[in-house]
Amino acid sequence: MSIEIKNVTKYFGNFRAIDDISLKVETGELVALLGPSGSGKTTLLRIIAGLETADCGSILFSGEDAREKKTKDRNVGFVFQHYALFRHMTVYDNIAFGLRVKPAKIRPSEEKIRTKVRELLKLIQLEWVEKRYPWQLSGGQRQRVALARALAVEPKVLLLDEPFGSLDAQVRKELRQWLRRFHDDLNITSLFVTHDQEEALEVANRIVVMNKGKIEQVGTPDQVYHNPVNSFVLNFLGNVNLFHLRVEDGKVYMGNKEIQLPGVEQHNIKAAKLYIRPHQFEVKRLSSGTSSLKAVVKFVNPAGATVKLDLKTESGDSIQAEISQEEFTALKLQKNDQVYVNPKEITFYDFDI
Amino acid sequence: MAGGLPHLKIGSAVNRSSRPGHLRTEPGPVKWILIGIAFLYLGILLILPLVCILTNAFNKGIQMYWQAISEPDALSAIRLTLLTALMAVPLNMIFGIAASWAIAKFDFRGKNFLLTLIDVPLSVSPVISGLIFVLIFGAQGALGPWLIKHGIKIIFAPPAIILTTIFVTFPMVARELIPIMKAQGNDEEEAAITLGASGFKMFMLVTLPNIKWGLLYGVILCNARAMGEFGAVSVVSGHIRGLTNTLPLHIEILYNDYRFTAAFAVASLLAFLAIVTLIAKSLVESGIDREIQLTQKDNGEKSG
Repeated sequence: MSIEIKNVTKYFGNFRAIDDISLKVETGELVALLGPSGSGKTTLLRIIAGLETADCGSILFSGEDAREKKTKDRNVGFVFQHYALFRHMTVYDNIAFGLRVKPAKIRPSEEKIRTKVRELLKLIQLEWVEKRYPWQLSGGQRQRVALARALAVEPKVLLLDEPFGSLDAQVRKELRQWLRRFHDDLNITSLFVTHDQEEALEVANRIVVMNKGKIEQVGTPDQVYHNPVNSFVLNFLGNVNLFHLRVEDGKVYMGNKEIQLPGVEQHNIKAAKLYIRPHQFEVKRLSSGTSSLKAVVKFVNPAGATVKLDLKTESGDSIQAEISQEEFTALKLQKNDQVYVNPKEITFYDFDI
Repeated sequence: MAGGLPHLKIGSAVNRSSRPGHLRTEPGPVKWILIGIAFLYLGILLILPLVCILTNAFNKGIQMYWQAISEPDALSAIRLTLLTALMAVPLNMIFGIAASWAIAKFDFRGKNFLLTLIDVPLSVSPVISGLIFVLIFGAQGALGPWLIKHGIKIIFAPPAIILTTIFVTFPMVARELIPIMKAQGNDEEEAAITLGASGFKMFMLVTLPNIKWGLLYGVILCNARAMGEFGAVSVVSGHIRGLTNTLPLHIEILYNDYRFTAAFAVASLLAFLAIVTLIAKSLVESGIDREIQLTQKDNGEKSG
């Protein structure tokens, strides 16, 4: 089932939580709504589920207006941030809930319900917790039970609100992979909310970056990471170094130092912001021309796949750089060493004209 | 959050389970003196009167006792008291659930005003509560002439007693449920709705089981107050023997007639009710403690 959101706006009092958003999610997609807290992503998810009503605009499920439908008739599976498992029911009863509350005419028999619940428990690999209560489970187990409960009614759309938000890093990584496989197997349309860019980049087919109730960019993980449309998206998807440049008589200055920046002359500009990701720096012992920045190593973190460096330039700017372990070994870098940094590529300019 | 509800014991429930022996730092004698004072105090103020009631009730033998509680006026008082409780408790249960639902789960204008209104019966003197109804329904009251014209009798009749009792006891259930519902939030109800439950099924299968102990506790308190209320009921009752006397009013009349044994015999019925209430209350409290611990465990996991 495809979901189409058309010009949806939602106010909470005077606060505009969603500001004229339009978005189309195709059948079978796994889409991440990514943004900082307060960006309206959870509100948008709740509007789709019918837990909130939009002040204006419409939601179409497979081209059909969903505003007429109540939440209970929308056939969406919703997984809550804090799982919202029924605390007085066993895991079995939690998962069976959606089937048991169906109107008598279409309610499956207890026997069929049992088969379905067992099947789901097997799917989430938790057959042995059937008789336990939610509070007897770990966070990751609860999350999986919440997912099974949502899937029991065979929804066409699965909505997940910060599904891994309150889990520890290890479990989170596992569940991400698992959700990915799960989504592919079930052939369901899924939307999940997250503030974790790594999670969005890893799991989603498509990412919707949101800020202050608006959509900043929609695209594949590759697009939003490598071709951000503005500095917000760039900042939100991974670390980035920001440099303020001055332009005088066609020459570009960083602090007092003139640097080479091809292409700037064409624009009649006075100042610019320059964004460079940590891995886009080249760090050398010797200067390699005028665009090299002289810097001092302030901190070295060699743990991990890459080595993270905190550098300080002559003009006092801090730079975060990432180099490979091989480069690091070859350079024999230590704290307070002097180095030269060259940008290998520049991610993004932001001009003030 | 539960500041106004000391009997909910949110804090003490935690202390009890997490640090059972942390008071043992006091030297022995101090501990025993403190315990002694507490028991002495309770003994003089609570146990002694209770013993007094029972000895006085039975001091002319079991036959007199039986006679006192089975005479027509006493039976009629028992009937009226039971009828009053039977009307007031279910009504206040429904009102209490509705009000606490509205307050705990929605944001609306005038919410604090509603919260304050709920507390009114607890903060005004019962006599005033009674007078309010006299002012509304009495012969000189706002609705008095209309009621007289249509031959409806409210004041100095059972309807006024029931109405007044409902008024006096309506905070009981709501005050119990508001903190519990607030702590539990909306999540489970929303989950039920997204799973296809109707509003009614959501309430029966999710909300009600989550608040059942708190609700029961509120009902017990409400019932105890409904049966024992004296002041407000006294104002509107008119003290017509065999017709508009509840148990507390009947006791007062017997006492004023110098029929002490009979007064104490009937009083022992109310005392018996109080003891049953206390036992039920302590049983239910352990259920509430569990409910709260579950909520805390749940919330603890959330923040952890």
